[in-house]
Amino acid sequence: MNTPTMNTMAKEIFGADSTAAHEKTSPYTLGNVEQGEACCIPVPHIQVENLSVAYQGKTVLENVSLDINKGCITALIGPSGCGKTSFLSSLNRLTDLTLGCQVAGDIRIDGMDITSPGLDVMALRRKVGMIFQKPNPFPLSIRRNIEMPLREHGIKNRRELEQRIARALQDVGLWEEVSDRLDAPAMSLSGGQQQRLCIARALALEPSILLMDEPCSALDPIASAKVEALIQSLCKRYTVVIVTHNLAQAKRVANYAAFFWMSERVGKLIEFGRCQSLFESPSHELTAAYVTGVSG
Amino acid sequence: MHMSKQSLSISDLNSFSGRSSTRLSGDVILTALVWVAATLVVGMFLWLLGDLFFHGFNKLSLSFLTDAPQNSGREGGIGTILVSTLLILGVALLATLPLGLGTAVYLSEFAGGKTGDKAKQLIRMSLNMLAGVPSIVFGLFGNALFCIWLDMGFSIWSGGLTLACMMLPLFISTTEAGLSSVSNEWRQGASALGLSHAAALWHVLLPAAAPAITAGLMLSIGRALAETAALIFTSGYVDRMPESLADSGRALSVHIYDMSMNVTGGDETAYGSALILIVMLVLISSVAVSLTNRFLAQRITPS
Repeated sequence: MNTPTMNTMAKEIFGADSTAAHEKTSPYTLGNVEQGEACCIPVPHIQVENLSVAYQGKTVLENVSLDINKGCITALIGPSGCGKTSFLSSLNRLTDLTLGCQVAGDIRIDGMDITSPGLDVMALRRKVGMIFQKPNPFPLSIRRNIEMPLREHGIKNRRELEQRIARALQDVGLWEEVSDRLDAPAMSLSGGQQQRLCIARALALEPSILLMDEPCSALDPIASAKVEALIQSLCKRYTVVIVTHNLAQAKRVANYAAFFWMSERVGKLIEFGRCQSLFESPSHELTAAYVTGVSG
Repeated sequence: MHMSKQSLSISDLNSFSGRSSTRLSGDVILTALVWVAATLVVGMFLWLLGDLFFHGFNKLSLSFLTDAPQNSGREGGIGTILVSTLLILGVALLATLPLGLGTAVYLSEFAGGKTGDKAKQLIRMSLNMLAGVPSIVFGLFGNALFCIWLDMGFSIWSGGLTLACMMLPLFISTTEAGLSSVSNEWRQGASALGLSHAAALWHVLLPAAAPAITAGLMLSIGRALAETAALIFTSGYVDRMPESLADSGRALSVHIYDMSMNVTGGDETAYGSALILIVMLVLISSVAVSLTNRFLAQRITPS
């Protein structure tokens, strides 16, 4: 499956040595820029053009075009069923898993077209991590949850594995809580800890993009606040795209916001822009009605 | 419409306040019936076990387990019979496990799209038909296919492969049910981490389905150990120690049948053998359960 040409192709595009990339200081870090301001140099990381998604011939998302900037948190808001999750899963080709799902249009990550059928999807998904609504740690130990995907991606060195596991757990603030029981079943953790473990599992693969599909909606308020703080801390190091129904959360964490709405039974992108301006001075009346709670 | 609704609610109210005593006695009767049913089932099992113990206990000894049968089985032991039985079972498992796991994984994980649906339907239909075929027909089929057409003769190979045909439907359907009940979130999670299909299966899906797979295996082994009719036609009657898998070998269930039906004075041996058969079933199932638990524990806490 992984033909050599495909691998080298992927390497050229996604950066040959991810460890080396991690050591380097990211050029996108701007230091203490106020949250909510333009946090970063607007370098497009994900470029979406005329994206349409259809299931069994029924269009759910039509003609979406937007650029997602590097190192920023972009929130996708809008009512249920307007195609936000479809948009998200077409960014890591998880739409491939759904039978009869057709994706049309152009998606470029770091300038590379990811919609082509010959793409190495495994390498893409390693670089574009995804967190789901319901925490889904595997029925393995805490350690094995992070170790197993790393091993499957060819990292066998014991020391490197240990380091990556520790670093990932530290990044999500789970290290203090679980470092003495790494071999305990992951399912024995609380819901919030499970979700942070899932984020650690994705971070250990050193992705550059994280897709989050309502990551806090299955958690209690305290766990939810912890995960939210974690997401904020990921800003600048990763490009984060987050679907959320919690407008206050979107306002708090996101730099950019995209508002989706159903019109004529098809999901469409209505407005996209800096989070602050979208919430405080929306240019479209649908957006204004939604963010002030009149509709939706 | 409105009227009838109202009158209904009034009568409901009456019944609610007035009939509590009849409801109570109904509960008492139901409880009694459930207890009687459960006691009957346990009683039948204990009776059977007691009967076997009562008649077969005298036969039990170490030499009964190790010696070869003498005087058509009236004397001696069942050592050679046990060896044949285990060999037949081994051949059957060797064929059932890879074929069954493969088919179940195909059914639950790979078959998709229009052609996949058609294939799934065809496989399911074949399995249902196979599951309903009487064992004597399997015996004739095995005899025609393995013994005659494939020229294996009356042999442990023929018997084991015929048993495999009988075990497959049960094993496949339980394994598939186990795999299908594994949460879809894990499949999505595995794909989102860039894991291959094989890795997801090996590390997540199969371990999660392991209890169901073991249960299916236990049922299949139970069916195989109990099988008589199919083996008479395929692995044969010979009660000598088999020298190779190409030799004929008499299974324990065939031995019990032969002792009780064809050999006068063989009843005691039949009881003794039946007792051993039951003990074997209990042993195999408890070993399998503990193996599954250990396997699962290993997945959760390695080394």
